[in-house]
Amino acid sequence: MSLELEITLNGKKVAAEVEERTLLVHFIRDVAGLKGTNIGCDTTSCGACTVLLDGRSVKSCTLLAAQAEGRQVTTIEGLSPEAGDGSDPAASERMHPVQRAFHENHGLQCGYCTPGMVLAIASLIDEAEPGTLDEEAIRLGLEGNLCRCTGYHNIVAAALAAARQTGAARR
Amino acid sequence: MSILGNRVLRREDPKFLTVGGTYVGDIPIEGALHASFVRSSLAHGRIESVDLEEAVAAPGVVAVYTAADLGLAPLAPMGLLNQEMKRPLLAEGVVRYVGEPIALILAESPAAAVDAAEAVIVDYEPLEAVVDPSQALEGGVLLFPEAGTNVVFDLSSEEDPELFSGCEVVVSQRIVNQRLAPCPLEVRSAAAEMVEGRLRFYASTQGAHGVKDELCSALGLPPEQVHVISPDVGGGFGAKGGPYVEELLIGWCARETGRPVRWTESRSESMLGLGHGRAQIQQVTIGGTRSGRIEAYRLSILQDSGGYADVGAVLPFLTRQMTPGVYDIERVEFHSRSVLTNTMPTVAYRGAGRPEATAAIERAVDCFAAAAGLDPAEVRRANFIPKASFPHTTAMGTEYDSGDYEKAFDLALEMAGYDELRAEQERRRQRGDRCQLGIGLSSYVEITAPVSGGEFGAVEVRPDGKVIVRTGTSPHGQGHATAWSMIVAEQMGVPLEQIEVIHGDTDIVPRGGGTGGSRSLQLGGSAVHKAAVDVVERARRLAADELEANPDDIVLDRSLGLFHVAGTPAITKSWAELGAASLEREGEPLAAETDFEHPGSTFPFGTHVAVVEIDTETGQTRLVRHIAVDDAGRIMNPLLAEGQVHGGVAQGAAQALLEEFVYDTEGNPLTTNLADYSFISAAELPSFETAFTETPTSRNPLGSKGIGESGTIGSTPAVHNAVVDALAHLGVRHVDMPATPERVWRAIREAKGAA
Repeated sequence: MSLELEITLNGKKVAAEVEERTLLVHFIRDVAGLKGTNIGCDTTSCGACTVLLDGRSVKSCTLLAAQAEGRQVTTIEGLSPEAGDGSDPAASERMHPVQRAFHENHGLQCGYCTPGMVLAIASLIDEAEPGTLDEEAIRLGLEGNLCRCTGYHNIVAAALAAARQTGAARR
Repeated sequence: MSILGNRVLRREDPKFLTVGGTYVGDIPIEGALHASFVRSSLAHGRIESVDLEEAVAAPGVVAVYTAADLGLAPLAPMGLLNQEMKRPLLAEGVVRYVGEPIALILAESPAAAVDAAEAVIVDYEPLEAVVDPSQALEGGVLLFPEAGTNVVFDLSSEEDPELFSGCEVVVSQRIVNQRLAPCPLEVRSAAAEMVEGRLRFYASTQGAHGVKDELCSALGLPPEQVHVISPDVGGGFGAKGGPYVEELLIGWCARETGRPVRWTESRSESMLGLGHGRAQIQQVTIGGTRSGRIEAYRLSILQDSGGYADVGAVLPFLTRQMTPGVYDIERVEFHSRSVLTNTMPTVAYRGAGRPEATAAIERAVDCFAAAAGLDPAEVRRANFIPKASFPHTTAMGTEYDSGDYEKAFDLALEMAGYDELRAEQERRRQRGDRCQLGIGLSSYVEITAPVSGGEFGAVEVRPDGKVIVRTGTSPHGQGHATAWSMIVAEQMGVPLEQIEVIHGDTDIVPRGGGTGGSRSLQLGGSAVHKAAVDVVERARRLAADELEANPDDIVLDRSLGLFHVAGTPAITKSWAELGAASLEREGEPLAAETDFEHPGSTFPFGTHVAVVEIDTETGQTRLVRHIAVDDAGRIMNPLLAEGQVHGGVAQGAAQALLEEFVYDTEGNPLTTNLADYSFISAAELPSFETAFTETPTSRNPLGSKGIGESGTIGSTPAVHNAVVDALAHLGVRHVDMPATPERVWRAIREAKGAA
């Protein structure tokens, strides 16, 4: 069985007829062709596929595409479109505070968990009461996003740095 | 001022942060068929029949293959291993572990391929499975009856009955260094297509050239017909060191069908198909004086190789080299046997043979200290190989290049506040606190770039001044583009932005050993360094011609990247001008290529201190601090080096506390996804406290040693020792890894029962 869907992906409407069982992550990768969102497991454990749904982080392997019908989805490509694709250093200056903090704190190595991590942290910071985020809260908040390269040390440092910038960090 | 040693931010980052990396599964290939594999659900059995009828007829299916269709010779084990134990690319007659590929489906979509694989019916005659390596050694069940044994690699000899004679204190301990799943975040993925009669193969690998060699060998192709590209790779950790049978078959399928073929496994498939790591059963015996001098040490290993003779089987060879660790021990013995079992074959996993050596000696030293009633810190200090004796040849015949073990040790203890930690531990013990403190030490030395073979490096200056660096290393997170640029910038005086680093394409880079065994900086970095030095020399001669001067009088002002005659800095030649001049004058680019070979491996070292808190009523164990002092010679970029340590420490702590790949007694895997396998998360770790001491090596021009695996090697025994240390006053002498709450709780109960 197939159905027609329209999802606003990074601000652009994407309409397609897909199989009912299509997961949101497959819609993003295979229908919309946005490959920045990765798949790292099949049990909703790793968070590599994390995207923002109406501004809040979700694991796109755990949602049917149909559940995103008519809603706003932001992937890594849409977090700071003005920053370009990384090839222009001047544009890269315009990265989102979380992306910049990852760069400045060496929060990524192989890069596979990175899009999901960045979006999970952006959402964590966005949802936090001002002045409340500390290391423990960040570590707990990232329990569902796995990384094999960094030992999380610099990811947590990046999250704290970004949280300080936005005022979410504990004062 | 030198750029080396600075915290230069990674040049690789912006792409990964804005649009994400381009991994094999992201590469668009028009009209590709999708592969899926029918895998054994039985650990050991004879294949009676494979019913393909339904799969062949399923919608979208283009081809279905079993072993009989391939006409490919089985893969022979590495030279050192038992040559009777060859591996067919698809199971032939017998399956030897759950997950072994039996048939291959090609279909027009991934879903059609997976659906068809599920429609294949395999009829088995079950055979008794052997999962425990000790039983495999006995040989009651043989995986290759024609070999007459399960032993695939034997490094054992007669034990010396006098080894411990005269020792006042002798302790023995059995230690399980458990089986782990490497779990790179990106699972295995491959794609292949025929392009102008050549096989183009996209690999998620730690070395494109190794993949090319194995494709050529397995498929019987000449090298010029194979082109391997490794795009971004989402982690490897040793387990992507070489191609797996599935990957070789994807190459075969592209040639067989003439159509592009691609395959990306699921995580559940990866847990059964990507090689596992560690899996040693160790018996240690250590002896010495009551005052703490270690006089003799014996390590005997049973290495679980899994169902076929893969890299894991040979890793005890590396364990052997590192047997006595950082200690000056007169009498040392090593024995190992690698045996086949009905489990996933084992391969290299971060550290690959060396963490196992460190885990054994570092547990042994703690056992010895406990038996002698001494502080484990004092025992270590009393037995270190002294700084003055390097290069030092151990009782195993390994020649350590350079070291200052006490310096790293002292710094680690100082950073940890060791004496205060011991005082706090004592207070908690006196009070009988529910939450007890454990302090674990591990002083390690490891071998990096342990396998012989050089590395390719090339530097070319384009007429626009752009510098192209080609390397045979294969970064997948390590930051070679940044580090190699720094090395080249240092020599040539060009800004980093002007340098481009190319890797992972066998048509562009002629040779390469890839990335593994912490070899990249000392070999690949040195090759790039040497090529840059050679280019500067060539450029100096060109500049001399251009400026009509003697080459000896030409100087390179590295702060500006300009050549001039000594004493007349106003008239200069830029890299761009010389790049153009080379093409004009000599008809070839201003470039240099080199193959760097080193005179011997290097031996990084350090001391880690772990602090754990254990709830003695529940067994809940928490790593609250981890101090890592590592010495990898000269540090090129502390930011990158620390990143390597952080990741390694987390993986090491994961082994000590959480992770284990488990089979039941029939060979059924029980931890086949990331919900069941305890992959360590941010919530289970503290931030780490790291520092470097820098004791250079003379074995390469950079003075650097490898840093990629040290974190794992140093941390595992530190955390493990901390767990036992926390419970020592209760009478606990050993807890096997992973020290899960249940194990810790049981150990406490048993000790109480015994008391």
